[in-house]
Amino acid sequence: MHLAQMNVARLLAPADDPRIADFIDGLEPINALADAAPGFVWRMQANEDDPRELLSYDHDDYLATTLSVWESRETLWNFVYRSAHLEYLRRRREWFEHIAEPYAVMWWIPEGELPTTADGFARLQRLRTEGPGPEAFTFKEFYEATAMPRHISSWVPSPQTT
Amino acid sequence: MNDDLDALANLQDPVRRALYDHVVAGGGEVGRGEAAEAAGVSRTLAAHHLDKLVEAGLLEAGFRAPERKGPGSGRPAKVYRRAKTERSVSLPPRDYGVLAGLLAEVVDTLGAEDRAETVARRAGERLGRDRRDAPVTGVLRERGYEPYAEGGVLRMRNCPFHTLSQEQPVLVCAMNLALCQGLLEGMGGDPGLAALDPRPGECCVTIAEPSKTNED
Repeated sequence: MHLAQMNVARLLAPADDPRIADFIDGLEPINALADAAPGFVWRMQANEDDPRELLSYDHDDYLATTLSVWESRETLWNFVYRSAHLEYLRRRREWFEHIAEPYAVMWWIPEGELPTTADGFARLQRLRTEGPGPEAFTFKEFYEATAMPRHISSWVPSPQTT
Repeated sequence: MNDDLDALANLQDPVRRALYDHVVAGGGEVGRGEAAEAAGVSRTLAAHHLDKLVEAGLLEAGFRAPERKGPGSGRPAKVYRRAKTERSVSLPPRDYGVLAGLLAEVVDTLGAEDRAETVARRAGERLGRDRRDAPVTGVLRERGYEPYAEGGVLRMRNCPFHTLSQEQPVLVCAMNLALCQGLLEGMGGDPGLAALDPRPGECCVTIAEPSKTNED
């Protein structure tokens, strides 16, 4: 199974406003960082030729969303919090409204399948109304795809398998 | 807490303590021979004590595949590194971690990161003022960061706020950066030398080397 994640944030101004410029300028390098990150599988792109373009929604110019697929919790975590992406998260209040409810949701999808934004919005809604569960969860309250505990680390190969 | 106390009691033995310190200082995996040499004991004795430290949960053991592959290349070498589990003992019992986690959640809910960073910056300045003439590396070491130089910057092997940083990574890393900036400023240095440059398994802050003219 692969891990899908959707992020939904509200910009303080439309994407072409100078106040948002630093964020828009960061899209290209940060997306390139994601594409090259260990465990990265896929992300939805608004425009393959213009990395500065956000996914757009008819009804809302202030919506900034990302939708991506990763091999595991750890690889997604390392990209989000243990890479240059963290600096953009640290500055998020300069560009995004503060919301006191979850703005990111995760769920498991079969390998090879791609998620849709409609599914992502539905999962986020579910997380907000019902709280975290196996179908819609967060880093903090994470649900495994199988019964395998995730903390069994294999930092070195065991002698039996080499 | 009793488990922690039992685990830590293993370090009372001076040989074990020397072996533990050596494994920790390396930041990675250490083999038996190397640890034995550092502690000034035989390989057999080192192996015995290293395995006791693994039993106590202070170290983790693994195997490093031999460099040559195939028949005749020998068995994989047993290597050790610091266990990820945190150990702490407080007498009488104290638990500041739980409360810190709750407060961090409150800051996050309120969207009060800016104020948290300001508070951290000021706290860093106060700590730094008391250590004006001390070397930066030494002050960071005392605070548990385990600094090491790499490519002209100080990186830090250990995050003193690790557990909290797993719960509220953005808030905790931002406060940690502010704390380090304040620390540099309080010590009379340039706060701009501290930056966020996180890597998996390490502290998120790096500190660039000051230009030679500013060095204390």
